[in-house]
Amino acid sequence: MIPTDTPLDAVSTRCEFPQPARSTVRASWTAFRALLLRDLVVLRKTMGVFIPRTILQPFLLVFVFLYVFPKIGESVGGSGPAASEFAAILVAGVVGLSIMFQGIQAVALPMVQEFGYTKEIEDRVLAPLPIWLVAVGKVTAGAIQGLIAAVIVFPIAAVVHVQTIQINLTIHWPLLLTMLPLACVMCASLGLFFGTRFDPRQVPILFGVIILPMTFLGGTYYAWEALAPVKVFGWSWLQTVVLFNPLLYVTEGFRAALTETPHMPLYVIYPVMVGFSVLFLWFGIKGFRNRVLT
Amino acid sequence: MSPSGATVDQSGALARAETVICCEELTKRYPGDVLAVDRLDLAVFPGEVFGLLGPNGAGKTTTAGMLTTRVIPTSGKAIVAGIDVVAHPALAKQVIGVVPQTNTLDRALTVWENLYFHGRFFGLNAKEARTAADESLETFRLTERTKAPVMALSGGMAQRLMAARAILHRPSVLFLDEPTAGLDPQSRIALWEILDSLRDRGPTIFLSTHNMEEADSQCDRVAIMDHGRILALDTPAGLKESVGADTIVTVAATGDLQELAQVLEAKVEGATKAQRVGTTLQLHVKGAPGVLPQVVNAAEHAGFVLSDLSVAEPSLETVFISLTGKELRE
Repeated sequence: MIPTDTPLDAVSTRCEFPQPARSTVRASWTAFRALLLRDLVVLRKTMGVFIPRTILQPFLLVFVFLYVFPKIGESVGGSGPAASEFAAILVAGVVGLSIMFQGIQAVALPMVQEFGYTKEIEDRVLAPLPIWLVAVGKVTAGAIQGLIAAVIVFPIAAVVHVQTIQINLTIHWPLLLTMLPLACVMCASLGLFFGTRFDPRQVPILFGVIILPMTFLGGTYYAWEALAPVKVFGWSWLQTVVLFNPLLYVTEGFRAALTETPHMPLYVIYPVMVGFSVLFLWFGIKGFRNRVLT
Repeated sequence: MSPSGATVDQSGALARAETVICCEELTKRYPGDVLAVDRLDLAVFPGEVFGLLGPNGAGKTTTAGMLTTRVIPTSGKAIVAGIDVVAHPALAKQVIGVVPQTNTLDRALTVWENLYFHGRFFGLNAKEARTAADESLETFRLTERTKAPVMALSGGMAQRLMAARAILHRPSVLFLDEPTAGLDPQSRIALWEILDSLRDRGPTIFLSTHNMEEADSQCDRVAIMDHGRILALDTPAGLKESVGADTIVTVAATGDLQELAQVLEAKVEGATKAQRVGTTLQLHVKGAPGVLPQVVNAAEHAGFVLSDLSVAEPSLETVFISLTGKELRE
């Protein structure tokens, strides 16, 4: 899949035309950077939408769980050490959740539209780079947006709570600096995968049937370990089922990177996230090719 | 500019050595066993404006798609500017420009930005891309719309912008796929003027169209296509000569048109062919002035009542009809 410099025999010698001035590798690299630049310029132009869209959901989550509930005495909140631990779990979960939503909003939804109605991706598909690299460009831009989202959301999530709650956040830098890009790439790849497989009419299904259960069962509100007591015939079924949810590993990963609360072992989190990234990217690129080529 | 290859015959090694687009047995079969393009052989010469004329569904867009890397051929070979487009699509994309059938402008960007980023995609640096975008807007009379969102453009303006975009990176081959379909006559003429202005600058132009006037007036050579095959290929004048008539009489009448065809073929001086086309009859006549009275007399003598009668010179439409027995228009 890596573009190689085109061998000479690829160019038919019987024609005498101005040949491409640049090798495929050079042209692809330039075009790739220009695609990213285009996406970042569009992001800058739409900042007014990006910011509220990015912060509103996380803000509402922490506002309701860590401010309103404690004020009105709901049981999830309270104000003891248990509440503080819940707060730490939620903050990490909310950061993971906002990255996943960027994958959907920055990659999947625009792509669904472009394939469905506007066809405006055509010009980028005709740029002098391989199709798979156009898809990778989309994922890279989506990952950058996820990164920006995480950076905006984290301080908000960390400060919005009642005074009685102590959020004990401990930043494990090596974990955070590896988890952040990995989570962003995985979620943007997931976005590519969804974006190439849904048409505009199916977007409600995407949200209602796939994203909704993913967010509720993705470990945003609880640690995976805590699900053990949910059992049928002695089998912790929920704990098993949620293992198929990629978001779980993101939230668990951020729990490991930002808190001292219990989390899944890192030797599980990292390989699974890398595996999901490869899987989504592979099928995402395949889907992308199928959509732009006939 | 007269195409250097126009005098060269279409087959043979000499033509091959000078082709800028070269298809060999190019075939596209879509799922469901739909044969869109059927073993197409084609040679387009440098600098010429080459037209692919045919009705909707003839395989023109699929052919253009294969040559522009967007449609993967089922079999056969496609070489554009010396590059095998199937084996090396990314390399081929450096040297082609495409004006697509539908509006594919980037709606998240302004008019100017559409050009600027296109330039950047194709390797211009920031300064070069800025200059190219500015100049291009001027050339295409879009300067007033520089900062407008592309959604605010009229159909004709959007088409001009897409043409500007397609040639911004100075491609060796420019593909226009039904560029004036759905445009008002004024915008159509504006686009033809753009094509004219491009002739001197050098890109080979590959134009697919179902508009015979467009093919006739714009193209150095025209291939007539139907059902995925090329039926005839020549200069517009050559194609029209191939009909073997200088006058085409179209007759609408009551009664059996087949019978009327026989009558007219026999009785009208210089009649070479009479063919039923839809609800009318077309009579080809060569070297016979004053043909109309003869047609009227012959028809009435045989008991037919004519309801309409018109005379025209052969057009590419005539060529298409005489090749396929049906009209070009859908």
